[in-house]
Amino acid sequence: MRRLAWLLPLLAACGTDDPCSGVTGTCVGVPEGSSAEAVQQALLDVKSGGTVAFGAGTFSLKTGLSLDVDDVTILGAGMDSTILSFANQTDGAQGLYVTALHGFTMHDIAVEDTKGDGVKLLGTAKVRISKTRVEWTKGANETNGSYGIYPVQCSDVLLDANVVKGASDSGVYVGQSDMIEVKNNHVELNVAGIEIENSTHADVHDNTATNNTGGILVFNLPGLEVENGAITRVFHNEIFENNQENFAPAGNIVGLVPAGTGMAILAAHQVEIFDNNIHDHLSVNLGIISYEPVGNDITDASYDEFPTALYIHDNTFTGTSDMPTGQLGALLISALGEVQSSGPYIVPDVAWDGVLDPARLAANGGAYLATDRICIQGNGDADFIDLAWPLADATKPSFDVSAVACTLAALPSVVLQ
Amino acid sequence: MKYAALLLAVAACGDNDTCDPTSDTMCRKLSQYEFFADIAKQTPAEGVTPYDIETPLFSDYTTKHRFFALPPGEAATWSDQDAFELPVGTTLIKTFGYGAEKLETRLLIHGADGWHGSSYVYTGDGTDATLAEAGTVISASFTDPSGAAGTNDYVVPNKNQCKNCHAEHDDIVTPLGPKARHLNLGDQLQAMVDHGQLTGAPAADQWPKDPDALDPTTGTLDQRARAFLDINCGHCHNPTGQARTSGLYLDAFETDAAKWGLCKPPVATGRGSGGLAFDIVPGDPDHSIIIYRVSATEPEIKMPELGRNLVDAEAVQLLRDWITAMPGQCN
Repeated sequence: MRRLAWLLPLLAACGTDDPCSGVTGTCVGVPEGSSAEAVQQALLDVKSGGTVAFGAGTFSLKTGLSLDVDDVTILGAGMDSTILSFANQTDGAQGLYVTALHGFTMHDIAVEDTKGDGVKLLGTAKVRISKTRVEWTKGANETNGSYGIYPVQCSDVLLDANVVKGASDSGVYVGQSDMIEVKNNHVELNVAGIEIENSTHADVHDNTATNNTGGILVFNLPGLEVENGAITRVFHNEIFENNQENFAPAGNIVGLVPAGTGMAILAAHQVEIFDNNIHDHLSVNLGIISYEPVGNDITDASYDEFPTALYIHDNTFTGTSDMPTGQLGALLISALGEVQSSGPYIVPDVAWDGVLDPARLAANGGAYLATDRICIQGNGDADFIDLAWPLADATKPSFDVSAVACTLAALPSVVLQ
Repeated sequence: MKYAALLLAVAACGDNDTCDPTSDTMCRKLSQYEFFADIAKQTPAEGVTPYDIETPLFSDYTTKHRFFALPPGEAATWSDQDAFELPVGTTLIKTFGYGAEKLETRLLIHGADGWHGSSYVYTGDGTDATLAEAGTVISASFTDPSGAAGTNDYVVPNKNQCKNCHAEHDDIVTPLGPKARHLNLGDQLQAMVDHGQLTGAPAADQWPKDPDALDPTTGTLDQRARAFLDINCGHCHNPTGQARTSGLYLDAFETDAAKWGLCKPPVATGRGSGGLAFDIVPGDPDHSIIIYRVSATEPEIKMPELGRNLVDAEAVQLLRDWITAMPGQCN
């Protein structure tokens, strides 16, 4: 009797509701109603090359999930149908933490309300995350977790057609990684919509970033194992109305991003920004800074704090404002005050701190090499300011966009494996 | 055919299947490994050696009983800094408990393909424990060092989470405790040498030694704080550990103060920053992120991320004293 009762659920699992139906290869099914322990057990039982398939439904999880098997696919019945809910999470700094060294695929599933990061991957080669939703359901809130989709020290990364909402740092954050394509994503109500940090070879295109504090960021920070990222292309994105109040905890670099920032470049190298539609931002449509205005001492001799080889062309910028916010917003107003006798102080579309590397200047007779320059041209009637930071010295800010009119060679496209 | 397959599945769930301790498949019951003459009393079987370490990892005020089981006739090989090299077939055994109540025993097994582990959770009278690969939560009562009673939803880690701490370098699972500096306690190391369990050791006066982090008679404030950070944080926070992406290195061998946090701005810290600008502000523990995080219990803020629900009040005080005594300031 007892044995019979135990066998029946097994047989029932072979019915048409089997989440694994239609999956080729080995598959561990997680049907609706499975316990949190059963969910984690599936991630332990799956074999390399296999699939963990979730049925439709909401799975309530109290502890973070982890996956350490190579070449696994996690899939659900759709980003609005299969929900891993961490609203009652009491342990674990992530929703899902992936430490597989090779191969991770995830699609058609949602991760909601994690206490910390949504989906974090450390050191994985070949990442494919698509049609996945990561969301904090109470909207922009400082108690939300930090990062939505968070590959770090990964390579060969595709993030495609995901939806990320509510991250108190970055919705899509790719850090210290190489060979990255971020496309077709919708990021909203995050502090940073998409951030590419200390990474090389990234293509960020055809994304929609709106209602974030900052839409798309390309940053290089000091003190990291992988630094001086380079070769990022940001193109054909819709970046608009990223005017969300900054709700990042102080101390974080994105906490400095003024609410109303379309794009921001911090000490990045070889960045090509083109064919984007960037409009209606309360602080600035595109801001470019070195690490100097951040204000921290740099104790890292190998860090290059000066942005170089930026090529900004053929974008559409519209909708500027006189209401920049935060520490960097105040810098913008102060700079305008140096060259305008009275207001309104309307921030131009593109603002650059104007900080140049003394070593690069000295090495080349007082000017940057042509290949290191910041080039801004062909952006319609977009206006521009060189802030000539630090302020209040002899050098005044300048609106002269012809000073940065130049071209650079197009960067290569990312080819994933 | 199908019927036969189902019968096999049922048989595999029994408690009497035989186990190969070096296989990747964990036995269902702790007793199947025969590491204990008496599991209830934690009396080791012959060939299983108890050991202790000077400054332990804080695990919610649990007491720990540690044992190693070397393959017959084989020995550990000395290392000055890293964990001793332990031969294939070695098992490390650690039981966590509150007073007389045993919670779990973790096994870390050196199989042919490397180290792997899992936990066994005690039920009933404590005479055996059952494999808990997916982890679990145990509601338990305890008494802290001040004598105060408390309760804790103690978290037994899942099998994957072994790696979150034990992948100390290059994402490869290795033991953490059996290092010379941690084991150099009483005559423990000498006994290992004398019993042929450890080869390659230099002369005894060359052996490194941790202080007891919470015993001021065993080292300076700096030595004790660094020893605490080494065992509690350094397995992730080192240049090839799981927290390498933070750039904060808290292992015993980091000599660059900026890298162990002095005036270091946080990176990818999110809510963990607590609104503070630097990991350590000399003289100012209240503005040091390290203090904020070791004092926190929220899952996304607390450090370490795993294995701690409760605040290690004595260690927090040690770290506060350490930072308070530091000269200088951050700009």
